[in-house]
Amino acid sequence: MAIVYQKSKGLTDKEMHYCPGCTHGIVHKLVAEVLEELNLLDDAIGVCPVGCSVFAYDYFSCDMQEASHGRAPAVATGIKRVHPNSPVFTYQGDGDLAAIGMAEIIHAANRGEKITTIFINNAIYGMTGGQMAPTTLIGQKATTAPLGRDKDLCGGPVHMCEMMSAIDGAVYVERVSVNNIPNLNKAKKAIKKAFELQMQNAGFAFIEVVSTCPTNWGKTPVESMKWLEENMLPVFPLGVYKDVEEVASK
Amino acid sequence: MAAKVTFAQDRCKGCELCAMVCPKNIVILDTSVTNRKGYHPAAVTDMALCIGCASCAKICPDSVITVERL
Ligand SMILES: Cc1ncc(C[n+]2csc(CCOP(=O)(O)OP(=O)(O)O)c2C)c(N)n1
Ligand code: SF4
Ligand code: SF4
Ligand code: SF4
Repeated sequence: MAIVYQKSKGLTDKEMHYCPGCTHGIVHKLVAEVLEELNLLDDAIGVCPVGCSVFAYDYFSCDMQEASHGRAPAVATGIKRVHPNSPVFTYQGDGDLAAIGMAEIIHAANRGEKITTIFINNAIYGMTGGQMAPTTLIGQKATTAPLGRDKDLCGGPVHMCEMMSAIDGAVYVERVSVNNIPNLNKAKKAIKKAFELQMQNAGFAFIEVVSTCPTNWGKTPVESMKWLEENMLPVFPLGVYKDVEEVASK
Repeated sequence: MAAKVTFAQDRCKGCELCAMVCPKNIVILDTSVTNRKGYHPAAVTDMALCIGCASCAKICPDSVITVERL
C-alpha cells in the first residue's frame, strides 16, 4: 500500500494545544505541507503572533521567532532584510493583525516587503476569552458586545483583503477558507502561490483564511463550520483580490 | 481492501470534522473507547467502503489520520 496522506514533515510531533476542531490546526498543516512540498523547510523562518497561535513556534519544524502583539510584520521585515534568500512568513490572528497590529501590516505591505502573511480571521479574540475583534460581524455576540456588535457604536467588520488589495506593495491577496475539502484545497493552492511569489522576489503576499473559534462561538466544531459558511462567507467573500501577475499579463 | 485509514487515536480530540467530510459516511467516534485526553476517538466503521480519498485526513486539525491506498 502507498501512503496518500500522512502528517507533514513541516510539523513537529508536539501535540497542539488548540481546542477540538479549531481551524488553527488545519491552517498550520497547510502551511507545513506547502513548505515541505516546495522544499523550503530548511530555510523558512516563521514569525508567531500573540493570540491562540502564540505557541506555533513549537508546532512548525522550520525556524520560528515570536513577536510582540501585532508586530510580526515588523519583525519579519528585519529577518527578511538580513536573510533575503530565506522565505519569511507571519501567522497572525484578527486581533493581532487587524487591531493592535494594523499599522505594522499596512506599512509592511506598503513597503512591499517580500514576506508572506497568513491571516486567521475567526471574527473574535480567541485566546483572551471571546472579546469583539475588528472582524466580528454586525450582530455577532462577544463578551465585550453582549447584545451583539452594534454598527453605530463600533463600525462594521474590517475587510482586510479589500484594504490590502489597494496597497501598491502587495502583489498577491486572496481570501480562502477551510470549511470543506474544495475550499481547503484552494486555500493550500493560495498559500503555495504566496510562497512561490516570495521566492521569485515579487513582493508582499497576503492570504486571509476565514476560520472558526468553536470554543468562543459556543458551538461544536461541525456547527462552527456551518455558521462560518452561512454567516461569514457572505460578509467575507472568498476569492483573489489582487494578482499583479494577472494584471500585468492582461 | 483498496484503502486503509489509520488513526493515532491518542492524539484525537473527537472534533468530528473527519466524519463531517467523509463522502462514504464511514467515520464515527468510537464511544467504546476513551483516549488519554478524555475524548472518544474517531474510527472507521467499514474499511471495505473506504475509497482512500483522504478527505478525513486533510481536514483533521491534529494530524491524527494516515491514509494508504493500493
Ligand atoms: C500588548 C498586549 N495587549 C493585549 C494583549 C492581550 N491579548 C492577548 S491575545 C489577544 C487577541 C487575540 O486574538 P486574535 O489575534 O484574534 O487571535 P486568536 O486568539 O483568536 O487566534 C489580546 C488582545 C497582549 N497579550 N498584549
Ligand atoms: S479559543 Fe478559539 S481560536 Fe483559540 S484554540 Fe480555542 S477554538 Fe481555537
Ligand atoms: S479516506 Fe475518504 S472514504 Fe476513506 S474514511 Fe477517509 S474520508 Fe472516508
Ligand atoms: S478530525 Fe482528527 S481530531 Fe477530529 S475527530 Fe477526526 S481524527 Fe479526531
